[in-house]
Amino acid sequence: MTAGYTADEMMAVTASRALRDGMTCFVGIGLPSEAANLAQATHAPKLVLIYESGTIGAKPGALPLSIGDGILAETADTVVSVPEIFNYWLQPGRIDVGFLSAAQIDKFGNINTTVIGQNYAEPKVRLPGAGGAPEIAASCREVIVVVRQSQRAFVEKVDFVTSVGFGDGAGCRERLGLTGAGPRKIVTDLGVLEPDPATFELTLTGVCPGVSVKDVKAVTGWDLSIAAGLRELPPPTAAELAALRALRAATPASEGANR
Amino acid sequence: MAEIVSLAEAVALAIRDGDTVAMEGFTHLIPHAAGHEVIRQRRRDLTLVRMTPDVIYDQLIGAGCARKLVFSWGGNPGVGSLHRFRDAVQNSWPRPLELEEHSHAGMANRYVAGASGLPFAILRGYSGTSLAAHTPNIAEISCPFTGETLTAVAALRPDVTVIHAQRADLAGNVQFWGITGVQKEAVLAARQSVVTVEEIVEAIDPRPGAVVLPSWTVGYVALAPGGAHPSYALGYSSRDNDFYIAWDAISKDRDRFSRWLDEHVHGMAPDRMAPDGTAPDGTAPDGTARGPALPHDPALTGGGAQ
Repeated sequence: MTAGYTADEMMAVTASRALRDGMTCFVGIGLPSEAANLAQATHAPKLVLIYESGTIGAKPGALPLSIGDGILAETADTVVSVPEIFNYWLQPGRIDVGFLSAAQIDKFGNINTTVIGQNYAEPKVRLPGAGGAPEIAASCREVIVVVRQSQRAFVEKVDFVTSVGFGDGAGCRERLGLTGAGPRKIVTDLGVLEPDPATFELTLTGVCPGVSVKDVKAVTGWDLSIAAGLRELPPPTAAELAALRALRAATPASEGANR
Repeated sequence: MAEIVSLAEAVALAIRDGDTVAMEGFTHLIPHAAGHEVIRQRRRDLTLVRMTPDVIYDQLIGAGCARKLVFSWGGNPGVGSLHRFRDAVQNSWPRPLELEEHSHAGMANRYVAGASGLPFAILRGYSGTSLAAHTPNIAEISCPFTGETLTAVAALRPDVTVIHAQRADLAGNVQFWGITGVQKEAVLAARQSVVTVEEIVEAIDPRPGAVVLPSWTVGYVALAPGGAHPSYALGYSSRDNDFYIAWDAISKDRDRFSRWLDEHVHGMAPDRMAPDGTAPDGTAPDGTARGPALPHDPALTGGGAQ
């Protein structure tokens, strides 16, 4: 790699920049957790990390392998029960941003983490299932999705709607009574997709340095629209890269280190 | 009042073939030792309930204990898929596994309803997802005050709930802290309960943020130091992340999994489970006592399993 950083590092840095200091962030495990912890270690030291295990205000300093690692409880402002984290904290719309990943995502930002294949009873691939994602996607004020881009993951229509993005398009979230604004940004290893303001279809708004529009279209399962203001995303700074690598190094058993 | 018994006795007394059994513990305090005892006692046709069926349910499913799984997230956290769970769903090995799946919020509220003695709970959830189409236990409900459409989920009432806690006292009062998950609701929702503990002390003292289940809300208490491994008990052990990573390869292959099960579960007596080297009397590897040596009946703990 000539750029001095990997596509995954670029993705983590881009996702971390989407978080602002002082935000409250409901964090999924894996790529989202890495990016959220990076943000906390760099430009957003007052970012409030909330994990579905009930740990509010966690400051792990290393990447947890699970959403319930001891380090999350030990560094949290408070630890609440699982019914409480969903009912009192997530459901009323108290949390600014939900940070999710996906096995499949479609052009309206709907997420599938349940089954691959059209037949639920006899799936081609059985995935882990919903976890906290349906209500995170419904109730956080906005959602950011971090997912590697591929033909398999970026599909015209998901096989199973585990978590709702924009449903079938404009007006759908309102009809369903979903209180949050839905997915504002999809950060991938190639660029950034954002919903078109009128149709809510995901469009390409940013590409990573060295990535062409053709590259992105080749691994997108629908005819991807390109936003008028398409821009090249700024590469990671030396400080961001150092912080990300330090996070990974501090966590020998984490996904980050095992990748 | 809770009875203090051996782990083998607790499982033998509380869990029957065909029961609906919830083993809870949200990443922390997962009752692995109790799950292994269920495998050793060869319980069959269980409906297993758990928000996050991870490694212990992968083992129970692969061992053929389960007929049905009620859950919200089935994976190996931070590692990937559960291969025994997948093999059961996709290939019916070692037997078919019926699924009922929910979101975490739905499952948590189903336990809350069970603990509250209500037939259902209400939440904002599931709207627009494909989940509701696959179970009768999710339904729309209209708010009688505002007319707003909300979601109702049916109460969960397990026959038996099994949890692991840090401590109990000699009277059978149970105390756990750290990430306390949904265990309180799961115990109160169930008809019967089994609690394994790291140690049994004379009397528990108050601790900030701790959940206490009074003795009269619990069925059986059994000493099982290290009984959460590879999960952990805050203040007693750390999560064995290496084991979760290693499980991926162990569980990928049916033969390797079966050999692992023979060696590490069927081949072990219930009181020799502690994988961190803790001796059956609760003495840690460094010689420090983890808890008082309870009057163990060796015939029961060693031979009561079959």
